[in-house]
Amino acid sequence: MSGWRLETGGQVDRDAPLEFTFDGQLVLGFAGDTLASALLASGTRVLGRSFKYHRPRGLWGAGAEEPNAIFDVTEGGLTTPNMRATTTPLRAGMAVHSVNTWPNAAQDRGRALDLLHRFLPAGFYYKTFMAGGWMRWEPMIRRMAGLGRLDPANTPPADCAQINARADLLVIGAGPAGLAAARSAAMAGRAVWLIDDAGAPGGSLRWRGGSIDGGPWQDWVADTCTRIETAGGRVMLRSTLWGAFDHGMFAAWERGQGAPDRLWRIRAGQVVLAAGAIERPLWFVNNDLPGVMSAEAALRYLRLYGAVAGRRVVLATCNDSSYAVAAALADAGCNVTLVDAREEGPEAPEGMHLRRGAQVAGAAGRNGVAQMQLGDTKLEADTLLVSGGLTPSVHLFMQAGGKLDWNAAIDALIPRAGSASMAVVGAANGSFGLAEALREGHCAGGGTGAAPQAEESGDWGILPMRPDPAAKGRQWVDLQNDVTLKDIALAQREGYVSVEHLKRYTTLGMANDQGRTSNMAGLAAMAALTGRTIPETGTTTYRPPFEPLPLGVIAGRQRGLLFDPPKRLTLERQHRAAGASMREYGGWLRPSHYGDGEAVRAMAEAQIARNTVALYDASPLGKIEVLGPGAAALLDFAFFTRMSTLKPARARYGLMLSETGIVYDDGVTLRLAEDHFIVSASSSHVDGVRLRLEDARQDRFNPARVVLHDVTGHWTTLTIAGPLARDVLEQAGVSGDLGEAALPHMGVMECDWDGVPLRIARISFTGERSYELSVPGRHADWLLDQLAPQVQRAGGGLIGLEAVLTLRAQKGYILIGKDTDGLTMPHDLGWPMRRDDEFIGKRALTTPDALREDRRQLVGLEAMDGALIAGAHLVPTGGARRSLGFVTSVAGGSAPIALALLEAGRSRVGDTVGVFHAGNVSRARVVPPCAYDPKGERHHA
Amino acid sequence: MQIFTCPFCGPRDEREFHFAVEAGKRRPEPAAGVSDAAWADYLYAVEAPKGAAREVWLHLTCGEYFLMTRNTVTRDVVGVEALPGRQT
Repeated sequence: MSGWRLETGGQVDRDAPLEFTFDGQLVLGFAGDTLASALLASGTRVLGRSFKYHRPRGLWGAGAEEPNAIFDVTEGGLTTPNMRATTTPLRAGMAVHSVNTWPNAAQDRGRALDLLHRFLPAGFYYKTFMAGGWMRWEPMIRRMAGLGRLDPANTPPADCAQINARADLLVIGAGPAGLAAARSAAMAGRAVWLIDDAGAPGGSLRWRGGSIDGGPWQDWVADTCTRIETAGGRVMLRSTLWGAFDHGMFAAWERGQGAPDRLWRIRAGQVVLAAGAIERPLWFVNNDLPGVMSAEAALRYLRLYGAVAGRRVVLATCNDSSYAVAAALADAGCNVTLVDAREEGPEAPEGMHLRRGAQVAGAAGRNGVAQMQLGDTKLEADTLLVSGGLTPSVHLFMQAGGKLDWNAAIDALIPRAGSASMAVVGAANGSFGLAEALREGHCAGGGTGAAPQAEESGDWGILPMRPDPAAKGRQWVDLQNDVTLKDIALAQREGYVSVEHLKRYTTLGMANDQGRTSNMAGLAAMAALTGRTIPETGTTTYRPPFEPLPLGVIAGRQRGLLFDPPKRLTLERQHRAAGASMREYGGWLRPSHYGDGEAVRAMAEAQIARNTVALYDASPLGKIEVLGPGAAALLDFAFFTRMSTLKPARARYGLMLSETGIVYDDGVTLRLAEDHFIVSASSSHVDGVRLRLEDARQDRFNPARVVLHDVTGHWTTLTIAGPLARDVLEQAGVSGDLGEAALPHMGVMECDWDGVPLRIARISFTGERSYELSVPGRHADWLLDQLAPQVQRAGGGLIGLEAVLTLRAQKGYILIGKDTDGLTMPHDLGWPMRRDDEFIGKRALTTPDALREDRRQLVGLEAMDGALIAGAHLVPTGGARRSLGFVTSVAGGSAPIALALLEAGRSRVGDTVGVFHAGNVSRARVVPPCAYDPKGERHHA
Repeated sequence: MQIFTCPFCGPRDEREFHFAVEAGKRRPEPAAGVSDAAWADYLYAVEAPKGAAREVWLHLTCGEYFLMTRNTVTRDVVGVEALPGRQT
């Protein structure tokens, strides 16, 4: 036990105690606590176990830099993994559990792994656990390492709003530097957005204090916020500015209080970064023991929460900033020994022991710090606070493309002014101390006249500290991924000397604390090992997010139905009323079948089309109007199939290729007049087809002579198909001549039916006599009302898409992307090239690859002794097994057939081929693709 | 999210745009006179400049293709103009 709570002091409400459990034990905190402050004050020391070695770990810091105190938190029966204790507010009833421990952090059985540490250095998995294959060991290793547990029942609601905003001046960080910048800008009348991730403004003022312009800091902060709001700006609290993107875009995560979180996308004209700096650890043997903490964090816990880190405190430092921490702890009643690595420094504060020119060589204790070695002396203590200097938080500056310069005086990399369009001020700029922060912020905000005044100067006399490579014993560099100094030396010996390789080989800096307390030491150690300077060694790339954020915040409301909303049919209500099961096909919600039992109904509905007459909704089929005197020439170029020779009132099936010669889409084009075509496109490819036509229109042709118009969603198309189709139309009273001469197969007619514009295309996708009737969408209900009763009276009915797909497969009619793949060319489908003029993809059809003898060609298959499964590979019946192609579509029924792409398929018609599925090989006979009515006589029946 | 400026509509969010092709590529034709190497070059070889690049983009909202000069390293947009012959 070390931590304890002061009776007064801090911003917690001692009249509002909150109960929670940690690893099953009851703990008491107060409203206003974080999980970390409550646990610290309760004296609980072991908060977790390290990633690899399962060593006991305790609290290190007070903010996002915390590497150890990561918990699974259960509230209301739902568990959220990997919550950082330092940034998670305490709520009553939370059940908090350490991660990757069993049964709990204090008694974790995994601690035995530390005894094997010699066999588990960085990168051990590249060299060991090979016997029997890595996958034999991986599940076990993965269980023993890793972080929290996912709770499958915990599906957070999709309620995070996403807000786009503009800010004239964005100030990131509401510490003294950021506040000074915002203040001077607001006083000049600018609307400033000041953003901070804490629940109150002030930054380090809140625990370091200080007087500004002769008065209390609280007054100055409150006055500044008032000025910001009066000038039309805003102060955003509990908001993490997590990413800097191109063209001045910034992303922020605002945590809601009793309300959903919000994602802000802020376009900022000018930006000031005042993100502060993070305290560095010190390195010595066993520097990872519970009880070793950041000195600045200890001050923060003391001042904000009244939580004291321990009673017998040793504070080891290399700079002046820790003296205020030591003084505060002594004031609170701790027994403090201040150990300054420098020979000279400020006067010792009252009530403590001071040792100069001394460093901690090692710490020891069971499950926590108990004593430490200082030269020849052993000191006893329950808490070892450390300060190895400060690392400016330059992340967002780097994300914006900035560069860093080495500043030897403060032993840190600081932003190079002008290398990114973002001003950096205060500790983030390597300017420590209140006076400097206020002055830099004031200037950056455009302030004229005197800056706000304070006494504290930031020349803290930082002595650069480094881990001692000669120390006997392990010194931790990255606490979260369990990376030691020895691992860095190992990386160097094995040749991984680039800082990017060091990171990936040792995993230093790759945990969710993003190396905040480890990157600098790792970089410095590698620089020393390779005889380079720190700027020569460089840093790894900084990427968003600045801090982990829930994916739900980025996903916002785009989940479930809103993730990729399907398009809906105008007649959906009627389809559902008729018992349709709706399913997504090519981005549209369409009836798959009507009634119960999909497989049975699909077959029965297919028979309706073959035997009597079927009605189905074909509205999603693309309809792109191509209009103008230049229309025919455009289509001739855009299609493999020549359309200029198509007569008016006729339709022609055609293919559209890419310039690589691959079939991009197929469909029927209607010609209504000399200068008026309607191109149909597969329902999933409409936008792509239109883009290709538009590309040719603007880049190659005269756009004044041809225009395109996508009318897919404007028309409802109902198809009547079957031997009784013509009878149904005549009974319904369709006006217009339906005779064979006036409307032959592949003919088109436009007419007016009782005042409704109607287009009839006699096109068949099913292989039966078939009429596609299209009306403007506002007449859809009316059209269905005219046709459906007649279909019923003729003994037919509605059919869904599964039946339609079966019928077309029996005819060998392809679906792009199902019966073709990314290599299929027109001649593979049986369409040889016959044109002299240019069209998209022409040259590609005569490349060596296009002319290969063994190209995969479209064929049909008849099952011989097993089921045909779409996707099954076709293999030779004897000899070495290799893939000759695969089954693309299957049509069930009494004589199941399939379509397939088969190597040199057309020359194999009549042969037997193997069908490989789930480890077994059955046999099929190769047949022509069209299994039903190859002469097409049914179109005229 | 970048901001691109359509010569017809003005500045818009990058999600309204679609990259078409590097500017200046001429389609080799007629097909009969084009070698395999020249055709492969047309299909697959790109300049991919580091720095100033001249590109054809499509503004999906208004359907117009246009030329954009931008810096591929800094992602600054240098200029935009309509395709030759198109009036803004």
